[in-house]
Amino acid sequence: MKARQKRLVLVSVAIIGVGAAAALALSALQSNISYFFSPSQVMAREAPADHVFRLGGLVSEGSVQRAENGLTVTFDVTDLAQTVKVSYTGILPDLFKEGQGAVTRGRLGPDGVFYAEEVLAKHDEEYMPPEVADSLKTEHAQGLTQSLSNTPAAAPQQAAAQTADPRTVTR
Amino acid sequence: MSSAWSKFASPSTFYPLAGRMIPVFWVLAAGSLLVGLYWGFFETPDQLGGSNAQKGYYRIIFLHVGAAWMSMWLYAVMVGWAAIGLVFNTRLSYMMANAIAPTGAIFTFLALWSGAFWGRPSWGTYWDWDPRLTSELILFFLYIGYIALHSAIDDARRADRAAALLAIVGLVMVPVIFWSINCPDPNQCAALHQRSGLGKVDGDILFAMLMTTLGFWMYAFATTLMRVRTIILTREAQTTWAAETIQAEVRS
Repeated sequence: MKARQKRLVLVSVAIIGVGAAAALALSALQSNISYFFSPSQVMAREAPADHVFRLGGLVSEGSVQRAENGLTVTFDVTDLAQTVKVSYTGILPDLFKEGQGAVTRGRLGPDGVFYAEEVLAKHDEEYMPPEVADSLKTEHAQGLTQSLSNTPAAAPQQAAAQTADPRTVTR
Repeated sequence: MSSAWSKFASPSTFYPLAGRMIPVFWVLAAGSLLVGLYWGFFETPDQLGGSNAQKGYYRIIFLHVGAAWMSMWLYAVMVGWAAIGLVFNTRLSYMMANAIAPTGAIFTFLALWSGAFWGRPSWGTYWDWDPRLTSELILFFLYIGYIALHSAIDDARRADRAAALLAIVGLVMVPVIFWSINCPDPNQCAALHQRSGLGKVDGDILFAMLMTTLGFWMYAFATTLMRVRTIILTREAQTTWAAETIQAEVRS
Protein backbone atom coordinates (compact mmCIF):
# COMPACT_ATOMS: atom_id res chain seq x y z
CA MET A 1 0.00 0.00 0.00
CA LYS A 2 1.37 3.37 -0.98
CA ALA A 3 1.67 6.11 1.59
CA ARG A 4 -1.01 8.15 -0.14
CA GLN A 5 -3.49 5.24 -0.03
CA LYS A 6 -2.72 4.72 3.65
CA ARG A 7 -3.50 8.35 4.37
CA LEU A 8 -6.72 8.10 2.32
CA VAL A 9 -7.85 5.12 4.44
CA LEU A 10 -6.94 6.96 7.67
CA VAL A 11 -8.84 10.10 6.70
CA SER A 12 -11.88 8.07 5.58
CA VAL A 13 -11.89 6.14 8.85
CA ALA A 14 -11.69 9.44 10.75
CA ILE A 15 -14.64 10.89 8.83
CA ILE A 16 -16.71 7.71 9.32
CA GLY A 17 -15.90 7.81 13.05
CA VAL A 18 -16.99 11.44 13.24
CA GLY A 19 -20.22 10.50 11.44
CA ALA A 20 -20.92 7.79 13.99
CA ALA A 21 -20.33 10.28 16.81
CA ALA A 22 -22.78 12.70 15.17
CA ALA A 23 -25.40 9.94 14.91
CA LEU A 24 -25.00 9.14 18.61
CA ALA A 25 -25.26 12.82 19.60
CA LEU A 26 -28.41 13.21 17.49
CA SER A 27 -30.10 10.17 19.01
CA ALA A 28 -29.29 11.56 22.46
CA LEU A 29 -30.82 14.93 21.50
CA GLN A 30 -33.85 13.20 20.04
CA SER A 31 -34.78 11.60 23.34
CA ASN A 32 -35.01 15.28 24.48
CA ILE A 33 -34.83 14.64 28.18
CA SER A 34 -33.43 17.91 29.30
CA TYR A 35 -34.72 21.01 27.51
CA PHE A 36 -38.21 21.11 29.03
CA PHE A 37 -40.71 18.98 30.93
CA SER A 38 -44.25 18.38 29.72
CA PRO A 39 -47.26 18.84 32.04
CA SER A 40 -47.65 15.02 32.16
CA GLN A 41 -44.09 14.66 33.43
CA VAL A 42 -44.70 17.39 36.04
CA MET A 43 -47.89 15.66 37.22
CA ALA A 44 -46.00 12.33 37.44
CA ARG A 45 -43.45 14.18 39.68
CA GLU A 46 -40.59 13.56 37.24
CA ALA A 47 -39.65 17.24 37.36
CA PRO A 48 -37.38 18.45 40.20
CA ALA A 49 -39.40 19.83 43.11
CA ASP A 50 -36.92 22.36 44.52
CA HIS A 51 -35.16 23.35 41.32
CA VAL A 52 -35.72 25.78 38.48
CA PHE A 53 -36.82 23.86 35.40
CA ARG A 54 -38.57 24.50 32.10
CA LEU A 55 -42.19 23.60 31.47
CA GLY A 56 -43.40 23.51 27.87
CA GLY A 57 -46.66 22.86 26.09
CA LEU A 58 -49.69 24.54 24.58
CA VAL A 59 -51.44 27.48 26.26
CA SER A 60 -55.03 26.31 26.82
CA GLU A 61 -57.77 28.20 24.99
CA GLY A 62 -59.59 30.69 27.24
CA SER A 63 -57.25 30.17 30.21
CA VAL A 64 -55.27 33.45 30.10
CA GLN A 65 -56.35 35.71 32.99
CA ARG A 66 -54.92 39.00 34.24
CA ALA A 67 -54.77 39.90 37.92
CA GLU A 68 -56.05 43.23 39.30
CA ASN A 69 -52.62 44.90 39.22
CA GLY A 70 -52.43 44.10 35.52
CA LEU A 71 -48.89 42.67 35.51
CA THR A 72 -49.47 39.17 36.87
CA VAL A 73 -51.00 36.79 34.40
CA THR A 74 -52.12 33.19 34.89
CA PHE A 75 -52.70 30.57 32.22
CA ASP A 76 -52.84 26.80 31.79
CA VAL A 77 -50.14 24.89 29.94
CA THR A 78 -51.29 21.55 28.54
CA ASP A 79 -49.93 18.65 26.53
CA LEU A 80 -53.53 17.57 25.83
CA ALA A 81 -53.25 14.88 28.53
CA GLN A 82 -52.42 16.91 31.67
CA THR A 83 -52.61 20.62 32.54
CA VAL A 84 -50.46 22.78 34.83
CA LYS A 85 -51.45 26.26 36.01
CA VAL A 86 -48.75 28.89 35.46
CA SER A 87 -48.42 32.27 37.15
CA TYR A 88 -46.14 34.91 35.67
CA THR A 89 -45.44 38.57 36.46
CA GLY A 90 -44.00 40.51 33.56
CA ILE A 91 -44.35 41.31 29.92
CA LEU A 92 -45.37 38.49 27.61
CA PRO A 93 -43.66 38.05 24.21
CA ASP A 94 -45.40 39.27 21.08
CA LEU A 95 -46.29 35.80 19.80
CA PHE A 96 -47.70 34.53 23.11
CA LYS A 97 -51.24 33.40 22.38
CA GLU A 98 -53.89 30.97 23.53
CA GLY A 99 -53.65 27.74 21.55
CA GLN A 100 -49.97 28.30 20.76
CA GLY A 101 -46.85 26.70 22.16
CA ALA A 102 -44.94 28.29 25.06
CA VAL A 103 -41.85 27.42 27.10
CA THR A 104 -41.74 28.73 30.67
CA ARG A 105 -38.90 28.62 33.18
CA GLY A 106 -39.50 28.69 36.92
CA ARG A 107 -40.33 26.64 40.03
CA LEU A 108 -43.26 24.50 41.04
CA GLY A 109 -44.91 25.95 44.14
CA PRO A 110 -46.29 23.84 47.01
CA ASP A 111 -49.79 24.76 45.80
CA GLY A 112 -49.18 23.00 42.46
CA VAL A 113 -48.95 26.30 40.56
CA PHE A 114 -45.86 26.79 38.41
CA TYR A 115 -44.33 30.21 39.21
CA ALA A 116 -42.53 31.27 36.03
CA GLU A 117 -39.62 33.68 35.89
CA GLU A 118 -39.55 33.68 32.11
CA VAL A 119 -42.13 32.93 29.43
CA LEU A 120 -41.02 32.24 25.85
CA ALA A 121 -43.38 31.86 22.91
CA LYS A 122 -43.01 29.23 20.21
CA HIS A 123 -44.28 29.73 16.71
CA ASP A 124 -45.05 27.19 14.05
CA GLU A 125 -43.16 26.41 10.88
CA GLU A 126 -45.25 28.29 8.31
CA TYR A 127 -44.17 31.61 6.83
CA MET A 128 -47.21 32.63 4.83
CA PRO A 129 -49.05 35.93 4.28
CA PRO A 130 -52.41 36.01 6.13
CA GLU A 131 -54.73 35.29 3.20
CA VAL A 132 -52.71 32.32 1.88
CA ALA A 133 -52.44 30.80 5.33
CA ASP A 134 -56.20 31.21 5.83
CA SER A 135 -57.11 29.48 2.59
CA LEU A 136 -54.72 26.63 3.34
CA LYS A 137 -56.15 26.23 6.81
CA THR A 138 -59.83 26.52 5.85
CA GLU A 139 -60.29 22.80 5.51
CA HIS A 140 -58.60 22.13 8.82
CA ALA A 141 -60.50 24.92 10.61
CA GLN A 142 -63.85 23.69 9.26
CA GLY A 143 -63.11 20.22 10.55
CA LEU A 144 -62.29 21.67 13.96
CA THR A 145 -65.35 23.87 14.34
CA GLN A 146 -67.62 21.06 13.18
CA SER A 147 -66.25 18.78 15.84
CA LEU A 148 -66.58 21.49 18.51
CA SER A 149 -70.04 22.79 17.66
CA ASN A 150 -72.06 21.53 14.77
CA THR A 151 -73.12 25.03 13.72
CA PRO A 152 -71.23 26.38 10.68
CA ALA A 153 -72.05 29.95 11.75
CA ALA A 154 -69.66 29.63 14.68
CA ALA A 155 -66.66 29.47 12.35
CA PRO A 156 -66.23 33.20 11.56
CA GLN A 157 -66.74 34.17 15.22
CA GLN A 158 -64.09 31.79 16.37
CA ALA A 159 -61.71 32.98 13.68
CA ALA A 160 -62.25 36.58 14.88
CA ALA A 161 -61.58 35.58 18.48
CA GLN A 162 -58.37 33.86 17.47
CA THR A 163 -56.96 36.77 15.52
CA ALA A 164 -57.75 39.28 18.31
CA ASP A 165 -55.22 39.90 21.03
CA PRO A 166 -55.83 37.50 23.96
CA ARG A 167 -55.25 40.32 26.44
CA THR A 168 -58.13 42.39 25.13
CA VAL A 169 -60.37 39.33 24.97
CA THR A 170 -59.87 38.38 28.60
CA ARG A 171 -60.30 41.90 29.96
CA MET B 1 -5.60 13.15 -10.91
CA SER B 2 -6.11 14.53 -14.39
CA SER B 3 -3.53 16.95 -15.75
CA ALA B 4 -5.87 19.98 -15.73
CA TRP B 5 -6.58 19.57 -12.02
CA SER B 6 -2.96 19.05 -11.06
CA LYS B 7 -2.03 22.08 -13.15
CA PHE B 8 -4.28 24.35 -11.08
CA ALA B 9 -3.24 22.63 -7.85
CA SER B 10 0.01 24.55 -8.24
CA PRO B 11 -0.12 27.89 -6.38
CA SER B 12 1.69 29.73 -9.19
CA THR B 13 -0.97 28.86 -11.81
CA PHE B 14 -3.90 29.22 -9.39
CA TYR B 15 -2.85 32.71 -8.29
CA PRO B 16 -3.68 34.49 -11.61
CA LEU B 17 -6.81 32.32 -12.14
CA ALA B 18 -8.14 33.37 -8.71
CA GLY B 19 -7.37 36.98 -9.58
CA ARG B 20 -9.55 36.75 -12.71
CA MET B 21 -12.43 35.05 -10.83
CA ILE B 22 -12.66 37.49 -7.90
CA PRO B 23 -14.44 40.37 -9.76
CA VAL B 24 -16.97 37.90 -11.24
CA PHE B 25 -17.91 36.65 -7.78
CA TRP B 26 -18.13 40.22 -6.40
CA VAL B 27 -20.58 41.18 -9.18
CA LEU B 28 -22.66 38.03 -8.62
CA ALA B 29 -22.68 38.63 -4.84
CA ALA B 30 -23.74 42.28 -5.12
CA GLY B 31 -26.40 41.48 -7.75
CA SER B 32 -28.11 38.64 -5.91
CA LEU B 33 -27.92 40.43 -2.53
CA LEU B 34 -29.54 43.55 -4.03
CA VAL B 35 -32.31 41.52 -5.70
CA GLY B 36 -32.84 39.44 -2.55
CA LEU B 37 -33.00 42.45 -0.22
CA TYR B 38 -35.25 44.43 -2.56
CA TRP B 39 -37.61 41.47 -2.86
CA GLY B 40 -37.47 40.85 0.86
CA PHE B 41 -38.37 44.42 1.80
CA PHE B 42 -40.88 45.37 -0.88
CA GLU B 43 -42.49 42.22 -2.26
CA THR B 44 -43.22 40.34 0.97
CA PRO B 45 -46.12 40.83 3.44
CA ASP B 46 -45.66 43.10 6.50
CA GLN B 47 -47.50 40.63 8.70
CA LEU B 48 -47.60 36.86 8.56
CA GLY B 49 -50.84 35.00 9.03
CA GLY B 50 -52.11 31.76 10.50
CA SER B 51 -50.61 30.53 13.74
CA ASN B 52 -47.29 32.27 13.10
CA ALA B 53 -48.50 35.87 13.17
CA GLN B 54 -45.09 37.56 13.15
CA LYS B 55 -44.92 41.23 12.22
CA GLY B 56 -42.28 42.87 10.02
CA TYR B 57 -39.44 41.67 12.24
CA TYR B 58 -39.66 38.21 10.63
CA ARG B 59 -37.74 39.79 7.72
CA ILE B 60 -34.47 39.13 9.54
CA ILE B 61 -35.00 35.63 8.08
CA PHE B 62 -33.37 36.91 4.87
CA LEU B 63 -30.08 37.39 6.72
CA HIS B 64 -30.44 34.72 9.34
CA VAL B 65 -31.21 31.59 7.29
CA GLY B 66 -28.62 32.32 4.60
CA ALA B 67 -25.92 33.00 7.20
CA ALA B 68 -26.78 29.82 9.13
CA TRP B 69 -26.72 27.70 5.97
CA MET B 70 -23.39 29.19 4.89
CA SER B 71 -21.88 28.63 8.36
CA MET B 72 -22.55 24.89 8.05
CA TRP B 73 -21.75 24.59 4.34
CA LEU B 74 -18.44 26.47 4.58
CA TYR B 75 -17.39 24.23 7.46
CA ALA B 76 -18.07 21.14 5.31
CA VAL B 77 -16.10 22.68 2.41
CA MET B 78 -13.24 23.58 4.76
CA VAL B 79 -13.11 19.98 6.03
CA GLY B 80 -13.17 18.76 2.42
CA TRP B 81 -10.07 20.83 1.56
CA ALA B 82 -8.38 19.77 4.80
CA ALA B 83 -9.02 16.08 4.02
CA ILE B 84 -7.70 16.46 0.44
CA GLY B 85 -4.62 18.15 1.89
CA LEU B 86 -4.03 15.31 4.37
CA VAL B 87 -4.38 12.61 1.69
CA PHE B 88 -2.58 14.17 -1.30
CA ASN B 89 -0.23 16.51 0.59
CA THR B 90 -1.16 19.39 -1.70
CA ARG B 91 -0.17 22.81 -0.38
CA LEU B 92 -2.99 24.66 -2.10
CA SER B 93 -5.73 22.54 -0.42
CA TYR B 94 -4.49 23.57 3.02
CA MET B 95 -4.32 27.18 1.88
CA MET B 96 -7.95 26.98 0.72
CA ALA B 97 -9.02 25.52 4.08
CA ASN B 98 -7.16 28.36 5.83
CA ALA B 99 -8.76 30.96 3.62
CA ILE B 100 -12.33 29.68 4.19
CA ALA B 101 -12.17 29.63 8.01
CA PRO B 102 -12.53 33.41 8.70
CA THR B 103 -15.48 33.76 6.30
CA GLY B 104 -17.15 30.75 7.92
CA ALA B 105 -16.59 32.20 11.38
CA ILE B 106 -18.12 35.51 10.28
CA PHE B 107 -21.25 33.77 8.94
CA THR B 108 -21.58 31.72 12.13
CA PHE B 109 -21.37 34.91 14.20
CA LEU B 110 -23.89 36.62 11.90
CA ALA B 111 -26.31 33.68 12.27
CA LEU B 112 -26.07 33.82 16.07
CA TRP B 113 -26.31 37.62 16.20
CA SER B 114 -29.24 37.98 13.79
CA GLY B 115 -30.90 35.05 15.57
CA ALA B 116 -30.63 36.89 18.88
CA PHE B 117 -32.30 39.98 17.40
CA TRP B 118 -35.04 37.80 15.93
CA GLY B 119 -35.50 35.77 19.10
CA ARG B 120 -36.05 38.84 21.28
CA PRO B 121 -39.30 40.01 19.63
CA SER B 122 -40.66 36.59 18.61
CA TRP B 123 -39.73 34.13 21.38
CA GLY B 124 -39.12 36.77 24.05
CA THR B 125 -35.39 36.18 24.64
CA TYR B 126 -32.05 36.94 23.00
CA TRP B 127 -30.57 33.60 23.95
CA ASP B 128 -31.65 30.28 25.35
CA TRP B 129 -29.88 26.92 25.58
CA ASP B 130 -32.02 25.37 22.87
CA PRO B 131 -30.20 22.44 21.12
CA ARG B 132 -29.74 24.29 17.84
CA LEU B 133 -28.51 27.54 19.42
CA THR B 134 -26.05 25.62 21.60
CA SER B 135 -24.63 23.53 18.74
CA GLU B 136 -24.28 26.59 16.50
CA LEU B 137 -22.31 28.32 19.28
CA ILE B 138 -20.00 25.28 19.45
CA LEU B 139 -19.49 25.54 15.67
CA PHE B 140 -18.38 29.15 16.17
CA PHE B 141 -15.85 28.01 18.78
CA LEU B 142 -14.62 25.33 16.36
CA TYR B 143 -13.90 27.91 13.67
CA ILE B 144 -12.08 30.07 16.24
CA GLY B 145 -10.21 27.00 17.49
CA TYR B 146 -9.13 26.06 13.95
CA ILE B 147 -7.79 29.57 13.28
CA ALA B 148 -6.12 29.78 16.70
CA LEU B 149 -4.48 26.35 16.47
CA HIS B 150 -3.13 27.11 12.99
CA SER B 151 -1.62 30.41 14.07
CA ALA B 152 -0.18 28.91 17.28
CA ILE B 153 2.18 26.57 15.38
CA ASP B 154 5.12 28.30 13.67
CA ASP B 155 5.94 25.63 11.06
CA ALA B 156 3.29 26.07 8.35
CA ARG B 157 3.19 22.40 7.24
CA ARG B 158 2.77 21.11 10.80
CA ALA B 159 0.15 23.78 11.51
CA ASP B 160 -1.73 22.68 8.37
CA ARG B 161 -1.89 19.04 9.43
CA ALA B 162 -2.80 19.71 13.09
CA ALA B 163 -5.54 22.20 12.20
CA ALA B 164 -6.88 19.85 9.47
CA LEU B 165 -7.32 17.06 12.03
CA LEU B 166 -9.15 19.44 14.40
CA ALA B 167 -11.42 20.49 11.53
CA ILE B 168 -12.27 16.87 10.67
CA VAL B 169 -13.14 16.05 14.29
CA GLY B 170 -15.31 19.18 14.48
CA LEU B 171 -17.33 18.05 11.46
CA VAL B 172 -19.47 16.20 14.01
CA MET B 173 -21.30 19.47 14.77
CA VAL B 174 -22.65 20.09 11.26
CA PRO B 175 -25.22 17.21 11.15
CA VAL B 176 -26.04 17.87 14.81
CA ILE B 177 -26.99 21.48 14.00
CA PHE B 178 -28.87 20.50 10.87
CA TRP B 179 -30.99 17.80 12.53
CA SER B 180 -31.19 19.26 16.02
CA ILE B 181 -34.86 20.09 15.53
CA ASN B 182 -36.05 16.84 16.86
CA CYS B 183 -39.67 15.93 16.46
CA PRO B 184 -42.20 16.47 13.68
CA ASP B 185 -45.10 17.22 16.06
CA PRO B 186 -44.93 21.00 16.74
CA ASN B 187 -46.71 20.66 20.10
CA GLN B 188 -44.19 18.21 21.49
CA CYS B 189 -40.92 19.65 20.20
CA ALA B 190 -38.47 20.17 23.02
CA ALA B 191 -36.82 23.10 21.25
CA LEU B 192 -37.56 26.73 20.45
CA HIS B 193 -36.72 26.31 16.78
CA GLN B 194 -39.37 24.61 14.70
CA ARG B 195 -38.66 22.21 11.86
CA SER B 196 -39.71 23.96 8.67
CA GLY B 197 -39.62 23.09 5.01
CA LEU B 198 -39.30 24.96 1.74
CA GLY B 199 -42.95 24.12 0.95
CA LYS B 200 -44.11 25.83 4.15
CA VAL B 201 -42.64 29.20 3.18
CA ASP B 202 -44.48 31.67 0.95
CA GLY B 203 -43.04 31.90 -2.59
CA ASP B 204 -41.94 35.58 -2.32
CA ILE B 205 -40.30 35.05 1.08
CA LEU B 206 -38.57 31.91 -0.21
CA PHE B 207 -37.29 33.67 -3.35
CA ALA B 208 -35.80 36.55 -1.33
CA MET B 209 -34.27 34.10 1.15
CA LEU B 210 -32.65 31.99 -1.58
CA MET B 211 -31.35 35.11 -3.37
CA THR B 212 -29.62 36.47 -0.25
CA THR B 213 -28.23 32.97 0.42
CA LEU B 214 -26.81 32.88 -3.12
CA GLY B 215 -25.35 36.34 -2.54
CA PHE B 216 -23.68 35.15 0.69
CA TRP B 217 -22.27 32.15 -1.16
CA MET B 218 -20.77 34.30 -3.93
CA TYR B 219 -19.40 36.66 -1.24
CA ALA B 220 -17.77 33.64 0.41
CA PHE B 221 -16.12 32.70 -2.92
CA ALA B 222 -14.85 36.25 -3.46
CA THR B 223 -13.39 36.72 0.04
CA THR B 224 -11.92 33.20 0.14
CA LEU B 225 -10.14 33.71 -3.19
CA MET B 226 -8.83 37.11 -2.08
CA ARG B 227 -7.54 35.60 1.14
CA VAL B 228 -6.00 32.58 -0.58
CA ARG B 229 -4.05 34.89 -2.92
CA THR B 230 -2.54 36.64 0.09
CA ILE B 231 -1.72 33.30 1.71
CA ILE B 232 -0.08 32.05 -1.53
CA LEU B 233 2.16 35.12 -1.78
CA THR B 234 3.11 34.94 1.90
CA ARG B 235 3.98 31.25 1.82
CA GLU B 236 5.70 31.26 -1.59
CA ALA B 237 7.60 34.48 -0.94
CA GLN B 238 10.97 32.74 -1.37
CA THR B 239 10.15 31.57 -4.96
CA THR B 240 11.11 33.62 -8.03
CA TRP B 241 7.57 33.90 -9.46
CA ALA B 242 6.15 35.16 -6.16
CA ALA B 243 8.93 37.74 -5.78
CA GLU B 244 8.31 38.95 -9.35
CA THR B 245 4.52 39.09 -8.75
CA ILE B 246 4.98 41.10 -5.56
CA GLN B 247 7.31 43.53 -7.37
CA ALA B 248 4.81 43.92 -10.21
CA GLU B 249 1.97 44.58 -7.76
CA VAL B 250 4.04 47.15 -5.87
CA ARG B 251 4.96 48.98 -9.11
CA SER B 252 1.38 49.19 -10.42
